[in-house]
Amino acid sequence: MAKIKIPPVLRASVGGEKEVSASGGNVGEVLRDLAENHPATQSQLFSADGELNRYVNVYLNDEDVRVLDGLDTAVGEGDTLVILPAMAGGA
Amino acid sequence: MSVSSAELLRQIKNRIDEVDPSEVKELIGEGVAIVDVRGSEEFATGHLPGAKSVPRGHLESRIESAVPDRSAQIILYCASGSRSAYAARTLIEDMGYEHVRSMVGGITLWKDRGYEVEVPRALSAEQRDRYSRHLLIPEIGHEGQQKLLDAKVLLLGAGGLGSPTALYLAAAGVGKLGIVDDDEVDLSNLQRQVIHSTQRIGVPKVDSAEETIHGLNPDVEVVKYPVRLNAENIMEIIDGWDVIVDGVDNFPTRYLLNDATVRLRIPVVSASILGFDGQLSVFKPYEGPCYRCLFREPPPAELAPSCGANGVLGVLPGTMGLLQATEVVKLILGIGDPAIGRLLLYDALGATLTEVKVHRDPECPICSRAPDEIRDDELGVFPDYEAFCAAAG
Repeated sequence: MAKIKIPPVLRASVGGEKEVSASGGNVGEVLRDLAENHPATQSQLFSADGELNRYVNVYLNDEDVRVLDGLDTAVGEGDTLVILPAMAGGA
Repeated sequence: MSVSSAELLRQIKNRIDEVDPSEVKELIGEGVAIVDVRGSEEFATGHLPGAKSVPRGHLESRIESAVPDRSAQIILYCASGSRSAYAARTLIEDMGYEHVRSMVGGITLWKDRGYEVEVPRALSAEQRDRYSRHLLIPEIGHEGQQKLLDAKVLLLGAGGLGSPTALYLAAAGVGKLGIVDDDEVDLSNLQRQVIHSTQRIGVPKVDSAEETIHGLNPDVEVVKYPVRLNAENIMEIIDGWDVIVDGVDNFPTRYLLNDATVRLRIPVVSASILGFDGQLSVFKPYEGPCYRCLFREPPPAELAPSCGANGVLGVLPGTMGLLQATEVVKLILGIGDPAIGRLLLYDALGATLTEVKVHRDPECPICSRAPDEIRDDELGVFPDYEAFCAAAG
């Protein structure tokens, strides 16, 4: 099981949690497991063709998965995924 | 065994290398570290161009911040060449510096030869007192304080993030602060916008901020822009500032600002806040990633709560705004490791600060190109944003 850190805008979709666990051998599997357990996250994470939305960044520990192997990046036990959409609040 | 001071100096000079002022003159600006080991009062009366001040009394403790590299070429000088000879011996024999020379005859001979002397602008007595806690830090000192006094920092917004940033940058002596804000002070602002006050409800924020800043530090010149930043005015407003502090509350302006600052090569210290969470990064064009490298596209309306009013813990913009102020000061002084290529994530409830790496995107629509290739009509452009902000209400 990998840990997933949930950003504020997605917390309502996972029952208010800041961190959830999901299983899978790579980033895509872990995120799809998340979407299965919390269907409201599906359209926020993935586009219609199953790719990660361009406005969502996903980090394996502290590294952007786009500079690794994207959704195919291997995820091990104890790894943390950080989901990070852009945030623009300033007031 | 006792030796006279003249004999000791002769022995020391035999153990070190000396260099004539004529050679030093040719080496200025060629990557050689010129270090003045006289007292700071002597330094203030005039020094070699580009020299750093490391008084001999603080030599061992301060030389590493002035010249970290043990293999650097270093030339030491004093008034006549004696103190610098002793100092050279210390650096070579006690501290392992490899290429240290002492200038023959010191600044006295330098002046006799008619070579250029740089006279630092002196801080007034009041400034020396006001900034004394900065002057005591070797990484800042007189030189750093002068950099702060010469600096021009533009703040986008005198709101939650801009309030603490403006206060502390003013206190630190940043000489010129620009403030862009077209809003007026509202009672609901005062839960977090600490630069304003209850008495000034209804007053334009730029005027309210200016009053507080001048009350705190009359050294600071405030330039007020009571307007909303847009594609028509952005190039005119942001040109000429050294650093821009971004605390704007919407995506269109963030992208517009990014594109314009990349074109003008102005670093941006950016933060955003929501609820109990904050993000911060420094975007320094062409040295690190830009905002579009981090977020190629803005999220759709349902994931972009910034389009409307949202709740925020009042303390949080204080925390994030002061992290921004710290990054600004570091950029001005050229010290430390600014958060370039890193995004800091602050979780106030968890009391955690984590960071993720941000890479330059080789296919970035903006910063993968040269500044003069970025056209006016491209600034801040992305698909259909206004439509979905409207949809978000």
